[in-house]
Amino acid sequence: MTKKLLTTLLGGASLLATAGIAMAADATLTIESWRNDDLSIWQDKLIPAFEAKNPGIKVTFAPSAPTEYDAALGAKLQAGSAGDLISCRPFDKSLELFKKGNLADLSALSGMENFSDTAKAAWQTDDGKSTFCVPMASVLHGFIYNKDAFDKLGIKVPETRDEFFAALDKIKADGTYIPMAMGTKDLWEAATMGYQNIGPNYWKGEEGRLALIKGTQKLTDPDWVAPFQELAKWKPYLGDGFEAQTYPDSQNLFTLGRAAIYPAGSWEIGLFNTQAQFKMGAFPPPVEKAGDTCYISDHTDIGMGLNAASKNADAAKKFLTWVASPEFADIYANALPGFFSLNSTPVKMQDPLAQEFVSWRGKCKSTIRSTYQILSRGTPNLENETWVESANVINGTETPEQAAKKLQDGLDSWYKPAK
Amino acid sequence: MTTAPKRAIRWHIGVFLAPAVLIYTAIMILPLVGTLQLALFKAVNQVQTFVGLDNFRTLFGDPNWSVGFWNALRNNTWFFVIHMLVQNPIGVMLAALLSSPKLRFSAFYRTAIFVPTVLSFVIVGFAWKLILSPLWGVAPNLLDLVGLKFLFSPWLGKESSALIALSLVSVWQFVGIPMMLIYAALLSIPDEVIEAAECDGVTGMAQFWKIKLPLILPAIGIISILTFVGNFNAFDLIYTAQGALAGPNYSTDILGTFLYRAFFGFQLQIGDPNMGAAIATMMFLIILAGVCVYLFLVQTRLRRYQF
Repeated sequence: MTKKLLTTLLGGASLLATAGIAMAADATLTIESWRNDDLSIWQDKLIPAFEAKNPGIKVTFAPSAPTEYDAALGAKLQAGSAGDLISCRPFDKSLELFKKGNLADLSALSGMENFSDTAKAAWQTDDGKSTFCVPMASVLHGFIYNKDAFDKLGIKVPETRDEFFAALDKIKADGTYIPMAMGTKDLWEAATMGYQNIGPNYWKGEEGRLALIKGTQKLTDPDWVAPFQELAKWKPYLGDGFEAQTYPDSQNLFTLGRAAIYPAGSWEIGLFNTQAQFKMGAFPPPVEKAGDTCYISDHTDIGMGLNAASKNADAAKKFLTWVASPEFADIYANALPGFFSLNSTPVKMQDPLAQEFVSWRGKCKSTIRSTYQILSRGTPNLENETWVESANVINGTETPEQAAKKLQDGLDSWYKPAK
Repeated sequence: MTTAPKRAIRWHIGVFLAPAVLIYTAIMILPLVGTLQLALFKAVNQVQTFVGLDNFRTLFGDPNWSVGFWNALRNNTWFFVIHMLVQNPIGVMLAALLSSPKLRFSAFYRTAIFVPTVLSFVIVGFAWKLILSPLWGVAPNLLDLVGLKFLFSPWLGKESSALIALSLVSVWQFVGIPMMLIYAALLSIPDEVIEAAECDGVTGMAQFWKIKLPLILPAIGIISILTFVGNFNAFDLIYTAQGALAGPNYSTDILGTFLYRAFFGFQLQIGDPNMGAAIATMMFLIILAGVCVYLFLVQTRLRRYQF
């Protein structure tokens, strides 16, 4: 009797086990991504951590080259051969996929509540009603400085603009270091590391950005011209021939220890840590007076969505819920210092420079780059024009007012804010 | 009444023409027609709709497009003018020097001058960006050695000089082609003509200007038209050296980069294949017009010398 029961149980168990294997074979998820640099992080850290908790679901990370990603993904989606999970570029590129029905609506996904509205804005419809990607990471802007240089010259970390320019003057007068490593040749440095870096302090982050979209503020308003005015003042502190200095030139100038301050994006942290032979620190964009509220650009950069045609939608949703969890955030952010989790639960960072960057989230207000949402849909393209104009302002070939007027005129020619 | 004997159909003509016609049609004619067709459509709610010449109206009527287009065309013309004024005279001069029987190591010079032509644009663009770099470039150091450092400026980063600098880089790269063609033309001048000239007392520079130059004019004509087509189709050098936005302030934007941005998009600018095709069509028409002017007005007037 007992023996018979045991056999039955065993038989049943083995049946269940085979069923389990069969199910496991069914749910294989493929992730489409442009981050081929992250392949080892996914394979060695993230995927094993998920699979250990979710037996029966296998995950493959299948990245393509960043420059080919959008075209390749589009073709695969059309042919129906795209992976279950799709890495989302911020804003319009993903929005377009959602409108075409390629991305599923994830508004109701459990785990979405872990993200703030700003974090989700990059992957929402304009009315904010549907969210179609789980926010994964953002990059922060600020300034990285050469600590050794600051110590040698007896400069303390500037908090206000006056202190900032005083520090630059001091470095320039000393002459050992180039005060600031930035060039205008590649244009985007001037816009991204310049305008979008210091701008939020002037236009008050989200407040100004949303007002611009609503049409209640204009790029010609003082708050939007002021960052250009500050950029124009940077010119004397840049290295010789900065007009022809490229982005890799700036990186090298700083990591070789020849420049003291580097207007930065947090994505530099990984590279700088391996290349720079000196101690580094970071400070947020200086404010006008000590004690003013500070605003930082905390730009949403990468998310993950669900292919609407996926055959394993349930397994994929389980995976996405995990991507939205603090556990994922912790592994991801520490494996890639400089790409910060957007999760509301703060992640404990191990890298000191990354820690410094992320600590600003606590004391400053976050915003995203002003040109990314909605405003860069038409011709002329506001983001691209901002690159050109920011470089012009620093080069001194245009005044801040002219630049702002040009941007606003371009925007006015196609953008009619909803009244 | 007799009927003329029916001539056999000459199949071989078709058979021999077929491979070239088929290949040329497949890889040249069809894409060209496809582009022209694409230029007449527009994506309305993601559906391609026929809009006639609307895209061209936008290109020329909407200042957001027309300013960029005229700017690109102006820069492109300047790019071409520099090639005509610098590349071709230098090519002729080099060829004349090389064909001089007194020159030693001429095979070496010929090869050395021709080598850049076969280099990839990416290498040329990158190498020159480094050479001219104000930070690590050899250009400022070399100028410093001869005490002329003050002449150096970040040429690639200045609106006034970037296009000229890039044109000269392109000249450096391609000067080998006019040199080779003219060299070949010079060598094909029969010795009798030269000897006759010498008997008449025409030697040295006079011989070059009065005898050789008229004889190589057809070759110079061919080179001019090759330069024209090449320059108005140029893209790679600007793209590798200055990026797709052809900075600073669009001062190096030529039709190729303008087309690239419109067709494929750039950064947040989403590509618009229809506008891109309209620009490509304009480029085609400009080149076609240039070639026609050459074929019907210039080439028919060039005198040919038969020996």
